[in-house]
Amino acid sequence: MRFVSFFVDGKTRIAPEPLAPLDHHPPPASFYNLPDFDPPPLNEDFAFNPTLQAELAGKLLLLDELSPSLEEIQQHYNNGYIQYNKGIDDEQGNWKCNRCGNCEPHMFASFSCYRCKEPQCVYCRNCIMMGRVSQCTPLVAWSGPDLNWESRNSELVWDGMLSPAQERATKKLVGKIGVRDELLIWAVCGAGKTEVLFQGIEKALKDGQRVCIATPRTDVVLELIPRLRKVFPGVTLSGLYGGSKDKMDGAQLILSTTHQLFRFRKAFDLIIVDEVDAFPFSYDKTLAHAVQQAKREEALMVYLSATPDRKMKKRGEHGELSSVKIPKRYHGFPLPVPRFLWCGHWKKLLKKNKLPQNVMSWISHQIERNRQGFLFVPSVRTLEQMVAILKKVNPLIEGVHAEDPDRKEKVMRFRNGETPILVTTTILERGVTVPFTDVAVLGAEEEIFSESALVQIAGRAGRSKDDPAGEVLFFHYGKTNAMVQAKRHIEQMNREAGL
Amino acid sequence: MNFCLYCHKAFYEPVSWSFIAGLSEAMLFCEECSSSLERINGEYCEICGRSFILFPEQYRQKHCCTDCIRWEESKEWSGLLTKNRSLYVYNDFLKQIISTLKYRGDAELAQGFRAPFRKLYKKEFRGMLIVPIPLSEERHYERGFNQAMLLAELLGGELLFPLERVIHEKKQSKKSRKERMDIKENIFQASKEAERIRGQSVLLIDDVYTTGATIRQAAKVMLESGACEVSSMTVGR
Repeated sequence: MRFVSFFVDGKTRIAPEPLAPLDHHPPPASFYNLPDFDPPPLNEDFAFNPTLQAELAGKLLLLDELSPSLEEIQQHYNNGYIQYNKGIDDEQGNWKCNRCGNCEPHMFASFSCYRCKEPQCVYCRNCIMMGRVSQCTPLVAWSGPDLNWESRNSELVWDGMLSPAQERATKKLVGKIGVRDELLIWAVCGAGKTEVLFQGIEKALKDGQRVCIATPRTDVVLELIPRLRKVFPGVTLSGLYGGSKDKMDGAQLILSTTHQLFRFRKAFDLIIVDEVDAFPFSYDKTLAHAVQQAKREEALMVYLSATPDRKMKKRGEHGELSSVKIPKRYHGFPLPVPRFLWCGHWKKLLKKNKLPQNVMSWISHQIERNRQGFLFVPSVRTLEQMVAILKKVNPLIEGVHAEDPDRKEKVMRFRNGETPILVTTTILERGVTVPFTDVAVLGAEEEIFSESALVQIAGRAGRSKDDPAGEVLFFHYGKTNAMVQAKRHIEQMNREAGL
Repeated sequence: MNFCLYCHKAFYEPVSWSFIAGLSEAMLFCEECSSSLERINGEYCEICGRSFILFPEQYRQKHCCTDCIRWEESKEWSGLLTKNRSLYVYNDFLKQIISTLKYRGDAELAQGFRAPFRKLYKKEFRGMLIVPIPLSEERHYERGFNQAMLLAELLGGELLFPLERVIHEKKQSKKSRKERMDIKENIFQASKEAERIRGQSVLLIDDVYTTGATIRQAAKVMLESGACEVSSMTVGR
């Protein structure tokens, strides 16, 4: 968009081209090419629009994302309630996106822009799915008064019991609320980490803090929304993920995928980052940036993980990061320890449309005794080959992978017990919990099955207190370090839990 | 090492002599993305360029698809379009690319079609005047660019703008074929530049040929302005 700049009482002010004052001013220019301008001072007598405040406070948005008219937005700007910031910056000759933090040269491009009439308007390709940030698009921020939720009832409504280990973690968290710090909650799969958060979140909400739970996956957001709505019935709560329609603006408690955090700025006093090991190293670097930008300076950061990476563990050991461990599952039974089974050159067999003998017999054994099973495989290609073979054994067996359009339905059918064996890639290694399920991995030696992936996979078994002793089998063609480490990791946790 | 223009994954190009000799352009889509694009090869409808492979036999009569026969049988629309040719089958993957290009505004994606689009132009339409299908003023501003113009620019020749889009209503993609055929008022009109096409062959450029209604409406205005024939070229069909 083009803006004009002009002088008022010796100060440089700006306005979008269609709202420019009529008197003399330099010709309109791309937002990027404007001279330095002075933000107007806050006019406390101005009656601001609370809808705009709810939409924008703690965020950084495109003009297109705001519901009030351009005139109204500009009025707020003139009265000091809004700031316009550059969307794309030049940092020592490199482009930088001020929304997502991207500065990879190959993730920028330019086009001849009909809005600003520049022949080369540079834009960010990294966060384009959230609407285009280009040189001529200002990012809009709120500079008026903060939101407040003091009149809300943030009472926790929950009468569940915490295990002693959960209790300890809860105390630690509650003690940290309001402190500028970091806390790692290292909880085994099935420890009941969500319940551990309840009292900490309650305290933060009661203190008027804005709270965010960020997770890499949409499935988790969808699962958490009803649970948290139930235990915090008086709190404004919003769930954000790609394509979410929930436009609960100005909510105090926000459940969000990490991607959606790109839109937040200095918003949260408490950020809980779920599955922190899936992130930032194995994920996009800009996501780590998103979390950093979304929190306030004095915020408390809480990391949740069943398998923290080496760097984080080290920081814990060196006392740089306070941490608390929950080595025992909430039901008190030990984690199932994986068994290793050599299955020969399974890839060669697959080419001949065959499966290793022991894998085949595991599958028929599961079907005979009517127990469901997850079968993890290293790639989509293997998955397709396997499913073709297994459909002949039992047509109800299904396969699912990340790009599968029927993913939701297939997982649902497995949850409902309609599918005896679900063959899957690593997408289901986290989060999905189905009672009375055993777990097997074919090709556990493949690189994709890292220590943490294997620990997560093993963590799918024995989750319910009615079936705590699920079976975990790693079919392999040669043991790897990752497999051995994963087994050790699980045994160590059981030892620490005194089991 | 390259980064895929669409999925952004890093990939290595298969080494070939023509590349080393500088005869072929660098690959822009990775192998996986490239292989998801289905090039229209083999038999296709003589008029609209739709691939007959994967196309039910009953919708085909000799060298024409039944859709084109219906256009040609209608008095109003018959004979407006000489031929359309397209690069790829408009499958789910191409739909995603085009929608990222148009609706998300990722203009750079158009570059991925440069080499094959130029080749198709040289093979089928060499020497014709290049006319991108215009957007309405409103839509053009909203998007910041016109995707048909980006595609037309790939051809490297001069572009003409003899058309203006005057009716900006609900999105074409939300209309049924019948609704599109029934439109009485033309959504385009001739612009000031229309004089330059008198007695010339015109090639319309658009991103996708879906029902052919947009292209035929534009063709009608071009013929009324004195073009001697009108063809079209698109990425998707």
